[in-house]
Amino acid sequence: MRAHVYVTLKRGVLDPQGKAIEHSLHSLGFGEVEEVRLGKFVDLQLREGDRDAAGKRLEEMCRQLLANGVIEDYRYEIVG
Amino acid sequence: MRWGVVTFPGSNDDHDALHAIAHALGEEAVALWHKDRDLKQVDAVLLPGGFSYGDYLRCGAMARFSPVMASVVDFARAGGLVMAICNGFQIACEAGLLPGALIRNRALKFICADAQVRVENVETPFTNQCTKGEVLTIPIKHGEGCYVADESTLAEIEDNGQVVFRYVDASGRATAQGNPNGSLNNIAGIVNRSRNVLGMMPHPEHATERLLGNEDGLKLFRSVVDAVRSGARERAASLVPGP
Repeated sequence: MRAHVYVTLKRGVLDPQGKAIEHSLHSLGFGEVEEVRLGKFVDLQLREGDRDAAGKRLEEMCRQLLANGVIEDYRYEIVG
Repeated sequence: MRWGVVTFPGSNDDHDALHAIAHALGEEAVALWHKDRDLKQVDAVLLPGGFSYGDYLRCGAMARFSPVMASVVDFARAGGLVMAICNGFQIACEAGLLPGALIRNRALKFICADAQVRVENVETPFTNQCTKGEVLTIPIKHGEGCYVADESTLAEIEDNGQVVFRYVDASGRATAQGNPNGSLNNIAGIVNRSRNVLGMMPHPEHATERLLGNEDGLKLFRSVVDAVRSGARERAASLVPGP
């Protein structure tokens, strides 16, 4: 089964990369962009098994490694 | 005393630290391999600068799970002295030895320059040879050195005197101009609550020989020697543990 994890900066954490991208988009004429924040997408292929158990383990993967709880939030979805 | 300098895959300032300790400071320095849990009975551990695991995912995110780090965390929890420099600071934060986190420099550029850092607290095993308020010139070289923490953590570390070094401008004030990377409150280095773990972005190991520029960093190493000789570890072990 496949899982997607999205790791994003917590609100309030400085995101200079997002700002730089925002400015670049403006330079390209996309003035309607009010804010950009950059995150990470992790694509995991998991061995077939119980979806609930997989969810709990994904939670641990995020908590221990994929996201730094001091500055990042995470969410995951099992997609297939 | 004996220092242990850890080498992770991608560490590049490990040898600079070993050299500074053995030749500039004149103390015993041993290399500690990341896969090895044996800390070789060292009196202090140094987590060096570099790009461990390529800075993949987040700086220090994977190095914190190296077998040696389990021993380093135990060592620190028992009061052992840990000097975590640059990537070492990032690893220490990821490992929960220190509060907060290091993120991308505000101006997005990698900075390689001398930094002016003011000593805010001399009551630590790392700064007992310094004078409160003195400004040291210590090089920085990092792309992810912006120190951040949430409001309550920041207030706590300031109130507890855990801020050890602050970036200052040419006139010794902690201004925006004097801040090379956007760190909150111009924080350049901190200790944990029991003051036995130091994390700092500047590289004192690159400032230990007058021949190469300046030796302001040597004071920090000498402070640790002094602390070890006077039993700092035992004192730290009796204090409240944790970041």
